[in-house]
Amino acid sequence: MRDEDENQKNPNDSPESPGVSRRDFLKISGISVAVPLVAGPRVIKAAGQEVRVYGPGKVPMEFAINGKNYKANLEPRVTLLDALRDEFELTGAKRVCDRAECGACTVLVDNKPVYACAMLAIEAQHKAITTVESLTRDGKLHPIQQAFVDNDASQCGFCTPGFVVACKAFLDKHPHPTPEDIRRGLSGNLCRCGTYAGIRKAIAQVAQKGA
Amino acid sequence: MPDYAWPDAQHRTLIGTRVSRVDSPVKVAGQAKYTYDVHRPGMLYGKVLRCPYAHAKVVSIDTSAAEKMPGVKAVHIVQGPGTTIHWAGDEVVAVAAVDEPTAEDAIRLIKVEYQQLQHLVSDTEPPKGGVQEEGPLSMDAIDDMLDNQVPAGQMVSEIHQYGIGEKPDEARLNDFKESGASDAVLDALRKAAIHPEAASKLPSSYQKAAAQTAGDPEKAFAEADVVSEGLYGVPVITHCCLESHGSISEWTDPDHLFTHISTQNVSGIPGQMAEPLKIPATNIRVHQDHIGGGFGSKFSPDRWGIFTAEISKKAGGKPVRIMLERDAELEVAGARPSAYARVKVGARKDGTLVAWQSNSWGTGGPGGGGMPPIPYVFSIPNQRQEHIAIRNNIGPARAWRAPNHPQAAVLTMCALDDLAAKLNMDPVEFFGKNLTLTKPRENTYREELAIASELMDWKQKWHPRRQIASGDLARGVGLSFHTWGGRGHASDCDLTIHPDGSVDIKLGTQDLGTGTRTCILIVASETLGIPMDAIQLQIGDTTYPPSGGSGGSTTIGGVSSSTRRAATDARDALFAKVAPALNTQPDQLECVSGKVSVKGDSSRSLSWKEACSKLGVMPLTVRGKNPDKSKPPDLTNSGVGGVQMAEVEVDTDTGVVKVKKMVAVQDCGLVIDLKTAESQCYGAMIMGISYSLYEEKVMDPSTGRMLNADMGFYRLAGLSDIPELVVHMMTGKGYDERGVIGLGEPPVISPGAAISNAVANAIGVRVPFLPLTPDRVLAALEQKAGA
Ligand code: FES
Ligand code: FES
Repeated sequence: MRDEDENQKNPNDSPESPGVSRRDFLKISGISVAVPLVAGPRVIKAAGQEVRVYGPGKVPMEFAINGKNYKANLEPRVTLLDALRDEFELTGAKRVCDRAECGACTVLVDNKPVYACAMLAIEAQHKAITTVESLTRDGKLHPIQQAFVDNDASQCGFCTPGFVVACKAFLDKHPHPTPEDIRRGLSGNLCRCGTYAGIRKAIAQVAQKGA
Repeated sequence: MPDYAWPDAQHRTLIGTRVSRVDSPVKVAGQAKYTYDVHRPGMLYGKVLRCPYAHAKVVSIDTSAAEKMPGVKAVHIVQGPGTTIHWAGDEVVAVAAVDEPTAEDAIRLIKVEYQQLQHLVSDTEPPKGGVQEEGPLSMDAIDDMLDNQVPAGQMVSEIHQYGIGEKPDEARLNDFKESGASDAVLDALRKAAIHPEAASKLPSSYQKAAAQTAGDPEKAFAEADVVSEGLYGVPVITHCCLESHGSISEWTDPDHLFTHISTQNVSGIPGQMAEPLKIPATNIRVHQDHIGGGFGSKFSPDRWGIFTAEISKKAGGKPVRIMLERDAELEVAGARPSAYARVKVGARKDGTLVAWQSNSWGTGGPGGGGMPPIPYVFSIPNQRQEHIAIRNNIGPARAWRAPNHPQAAVLTMCALDDLAAKLNMDPVEFFGKNLTLTKPRENTYREELAIASELMDWKQKWHPRRQIASGDLARGVGLSFHTWGGRGHASDCDLTIHPDGSVDIKLGTQDLGTGTRTCILIVASETLGIPMDAIQLQIGDTTYPPSGGSGGSTTIGGVSSSTRRAATDARDALFAKVAPALNTQPDQLECVSGKVSVKGDSSRSLSWKEACSKLGVMPLTVRGKNPDKSKPPDLTNSGVGGVQMAEVEVDTDTGVVKVKKMVAVQDCGLVIDLKTAESQCYGAMIMGISYSLYEEKVMDPSTGRMLNADMGFYRLAGLSDIPELVVHMMTGKGYDERGVIGLGEPPVISPGAAISNAVANAIGVRVPFLPLTPDRVLAALEQKAGA
């Protein structure tokens, strides 16, 4: 009734294939009885189609984070953010709103900025995940990180890693941003201490140097 | 007698310059560890079942299913049957399990039966006649007074005047003492007349909290040439720290607790946990490397900090992490009291202020709350104030950056601005004319007002209030004044010089992102003449010397003074060991540029390392201790002034307000690090724009719950909301010699009033309440058109 090896057999299986969003999982999880077994997906028929159903117990998962492989057994409802933080102790991405409103958990998935709290870990398998931790190479800060330091763009610093990742992705896409680009491109991250003035200067510093 | 005095301007190499924050690199790299990031071996995850009702009695709790669930390690009833809950989101049961999903599932299996009670979550104007006049004071009222730091003298006289409702037992008196009651207050309580009949009456939700008169307001209003009346207000807002409240607690043995907690008050936590946990404070170790925001909401371990420790104990001492979810963070972990007022102010034709009258009200949740200090900054000679505190079920209030001052600024500066408009005077001229009422800060404000006007280009931008056509983009400018104390708190600092020349410093303080670490290192480096990175600094642990909580802008004065003392004493002790080698007297030595040399003769010197080797084999440790509060301050001081100006643009079709520019001119005595000091001002203006335009804890009157307990609807200002910001720090002669004064609170006080005044200037009418949302702006415009 269940195919234990489904996951391993299809390592490239599109993680979207379960067709269930985090929101649905949250709903489903409400009715689940904890099944602390690790199991692959079951196939059920839904709306005339065969759908693979993962969970509700733990599912073996594999990730490519900062160029390294990570494995864990996680319930399908676990977010990428919680997997990073609680399983792999990559705590740079922060959990603040946990519902895609603040950007503190921003990471890159296949080079695109993503709110890690709004993506299920199961969906992030086999994609290239980049977290803030990987931006510093051999103790040398990435130019945007250095610009944050120079322009005092962090106070308590809790929003900072998310902002750093968002700024990096933004600058990769807009190496010479206009003030309007900055306004639009960096509105997805929030800071309570009020570091926006420093962040704007940091971006200007990198944009200028890159020019 | 050692000379601790700050070096004068020509002898300062670091103090007052722009130094980059020393902990920025770890923060930008994502390596800084916050409490939320702490991962202890075998850590369990806690979740909390919260009451969905704003006012209810817990009737029964059934946790049996949760307890049986695999993976659940402990279930703990926080508030059992019979308890009354006073706000939605209050904690009822906590669960610790092997992972978060399991803990969440377990919470869902718990059944709680409540009896709902009537609730009040509104803070609109109190109904006439519904207000309880002063009568015998209840013990809760005494608690409130202590919470609100009512001066001891006033408390004693009120206890004397009204008597009390019940006789407090010794335990109660002890509680009061711990909440800061002075001996005089305790004594008054012991001797007070008791009126039990009055106390048995149900307390009203509306309580008269203050009524005072100075001078002769009636006469002054009668003689005033111009009188302006208006309604102003600021709603309840939340702290919304990005790192929520919470802790990770574990029992290293049955009597010893180790807790990582997100706190502004590392040294002060054990003393607050000892009694509820029934262990000596000395058995409690607290550690925190970094904190993701506090803003006044993180001084206590909170009920959840206590039960995290308790549930850990139930789980065999294993580490348990309970960090608040975002909705709980916004519902229960921090709210700034609201304040509204009908204000009447009178002046002579030339603008001289003569009379003030305010009828104010507001809520700080179940505790009611006190009156903001109004009229603010300007002591108008004839004044009458009456304040009604509303006790309701919106959740408890906490100190929010500059408690009571932002509210006071709005209630005062907006009323005065309306008066200036009625007088047809430019506010700069009007306020300038009344600066004699701001003694002892008159000169500071005068200088600041001039600088701010210049930086804002006020003369060009200000215009009398005027009629605007709908569809216009209307521009306007506004200003406000503020003040704060900010004397340094008690702080101990241990500084050790090792024989190999290495130096370490330990303080039990915390860095809220204000730059505390950076400033400590600047002071030590300046004093010892060695680079900042040659000094190892450790903070954030109760094994280090105690340092006060970071509240009320007291940290910088506290830690800079104790560090200066420790470094000076250590340096002098080192000089005593080194002097013979340089053939001189200790008082002839100085530490500059990594050398210990004879003053005025740099050829006779030892490198720092050589000098330290004269210590022999034992390191030299010195403790710097600040003089106690009863003594006049030396290295720190109290009392600052600031002026802020805002320029806004209002779309009169949509009601959308955009801040186009803000200027902050601020004094804070001697600035240690100009860079992080300026950041405090930038950050405060941004926070100010946020609460002026967007923030409000919106309560649903029918369910009694917060409607916007998330970051989508509890809106914080974003990067695109932030205009050109200009900061000017008042430094140099007249400022530096005052010593170091705190800066966390002052610049966050004025934005609300300055922005509200700018909007009034732009559209020609007052939008009474913050936040200045489009609906409020349009309503004000409509009312004006109808008038
Ligand atoms: S924590 Fe993911 S967006 Fe806020
Ligand atoms: S620096 Fe504190 S939240 Fe952004």
